[in-house]
Amino acid sequence: MIARIAAALTLGVGLAFSAQANAQDTVKIGLIMAYSGPFADTANQMQAGIDLYIAQHGDEVAGKKIEIIKKDTGGPKADEAKRLAQELVVRDGVDILAGFTLTPEALGAAGVADQGKKFMVVMNAATSIITEKSPNIVRTSMTIPQLNTAFGKWAFEKAGVKQAYTLVADYAPGHDAEKSFAKGFTDAGGKIVGADTSPMGPPDFSAFVQRIKDASPEAVFVFIPGGAQPPALGKALAQRGLTPPDVKLLAQGELTFPEAIESMGDTAKGIITTFNYTMERDDPTNNAFVKAYREANGGRSPDIYSVGGYDGMHLIYEALKKTGGDTSAEALVEASKGMSWESPRGKMTIDPETRDVIQSVYIREVKEVDGKLQNVVIDEIPEVKDPLHGMAN
Amino acid sequence: MIGNLAIVLFDGLAFGMLLFVLSVGLSVTLGLMNFVNLAHGAFAMLGGYVTVLVTRELGLPFLWSLPAAFIVAALVSVGFERTLFRRLYRAGELNQVLFTIGLVFAASAAAAYVFGTAQQPIQLPQFLRGVTEFAGLRFGSYRIFLIIIALVITGLLVLGLEYTRFGAQIRAAVDNQRAAQGLGIDVDTVFAVTFALGSGLAGLGGALAIEMVGLDPSFGFHYLVYMMIVVSVGGLGSIAGSFVAASLLGIADVAGKYFVPDLGAFMIYLIMIAVLFLRPQGLFGKR
Repeated sequence: MIARIAAALTLGVGLAFSAQANAQDTVKIGLIMAYSGPFADTANQMQAGIDLYIAQHGDEVAGKKIEIIKKDTGGPKADEAKRLAQELVVRDGVDILAGFTLTPEALGAAGVADQGKKFMVVMNAATSIITEKSPNIVRTSMTIPQLNTAFGKWAFEKAGVKQAYTLVADYAPGHDAEKSFAKGFTDAGGKIVGADTSPMGPPDFSAFVQRIKDASPEAVFVFIPGGAQPPALGKALAQRGLTPPDVKLLAQGELTFPEAIESMGDTAKGIITTFNYTMERDDPTNNAFVKAYREANGGRSPDIYSVGGYDGMHLIYEALKKTGGDTSAEALVEASKGMSWESPRGKMTIDPETRDVIQSVYIREVKEVDGKLQNVVIDEIPEVKDPLHGMAN
Repeated sequence: MIGNLAIVLFDGLAFGMLLFVLSVGLSVTLGLMNFVNLAHGAFAMLGGYVTVLVTRELGLPFLWSLPAAFIVAALVSVGFERTLFRRLYRAGELNQVLFTIGLVFAASAAAAYVFGTAQQPIQLPQFLRGVTEFAGLRFGSYRIFLIIIALVITGLLVLGLEYTRFGAQIRAAVDNQRAAQGLGIDVDTVFAVTFALGSGLAGLGGALAIEMVGLDPSFGFHYLVYMMIVVSVGGLGSIAGSFVAASLLGIADVAGKYFVPDLGAFMIYLIMIAVLFLRPQGLFGKR
């Protein structure tokens, strides 16, 4: 009897030990992203950023090997993300949950990160509330209010816009953008003369553009998702003669992604956008990043999604170095708090209080440089925090 | 105000014409051949990518890419029809739906693999880009172009199906396959050509759609719903029905967004519900 118990104990201890030894050798990172479906391109760009970071910095940190496990949500599905997060934690035994192309994915997985005590790095999803869902969550992308509240204020104070019309896509990020731009703009003294939301279906904007023309505002603020919508909207505005300098066009950076500019042609000139990363910004760190990224991705240029993934990996690597390989959520969050580094986007810091990112908000204008249209940084608002944290409830 | 109304009507009509070109092929295969081809959108996507390749890689003008999109989509669809689809002509509708929707998934994954997941921009010739001013109003040149193309296609299809020998053969083969065979009509070939025609039109629609709505691997899914709505509202197999339904839906969509923006994209569904409630067989449907 005693011999049996001893044998069982020995076996148990032995198993536990071997499992531990295994866990000590590797750090498993589970990536939950929308690799397929309509947001596949965003996820691919994030993944390319992640891959580039690993290629440049090796797959060993603090004496441990980094192992990546990818899970595809197929789109903005909270339930799917939750299920995948559970699977990653329980079956695959991951140490860190990361990725998160879209807000519903991050919200779906937040509970698992919280209860499973896993460090969770949000590399794109941009709704303010995400980081408040668990003390284990850190973000390396941006939030929509962060960019657009600052942008609204800038539009009134620096660009001299007194009244504006807003047109946003009819989904949560669009509503966020509308509210936060209006807040920044009206608090500074501006006036919103009209607001429309456009459906997410086929991008035919002619009706909304005609409504804007009827209101003949001084400026139009736009927020629409990347993809098919930006060129369609740009062209519709141009067809109604609503182009700079007659009407100021303000938008979050999706409107002037490189493909969108290419498709819009000269009508894109003069569009002013805000983003937390600008591929064309002349800076040694950024130039090296852009060059390496293009080489690794057949000439494709990086965008904010790439840089979110890249910086997300940087955060994970640096936090692991600080903890000496300890992967407990508590240790990694502590290590992340207040961490500050020179990213391709410029200086960025993890806010020790909100675990969200503090960074520069860039204002860019589409201009012709060497015969090619591109986003040129015309102003920089340094060290912007998300204005909504702490204001909820 | 009248000017605004004219612009809204014009924009709506142009959007409707795009829907028409995308859907009319489906109306032909679904209505005439009784084959539920949900992969129609995949052939439209194929046409779009052909246009991208022809204009960007070969450097040919946009107008040349349109026949290319039609021909490639038609040829590829014949390949599929001969090897796969024809086995399902007599299968139940559910089998057809499952198989063809599976094909859309496969096409979407293949497109993502070959072309990547990014949007594919194209450059239009100068004369299609700007606006044409008329009576003080600015009409998009591309939209005028779309309306003209759609009218030409409608004319050709109606003439072809109603007044040519081949059109008569198609109608005969559909009405009574055995009798048609007995009369010496090669039903197999007739079906293959009809299928190619429908898919070719989808390819053309896909090529024309890039400028208005963009192109990425999810195209086949995005526009499937609109194609189905046009075909069901118009009535199966009716070219005129598809034309009227597409115009109605396009105009209702744009006018709805303009006058009642809060209703947004829902107008198109309201119209569909109303029409199918009153005429379940569609506006021009016979059964």
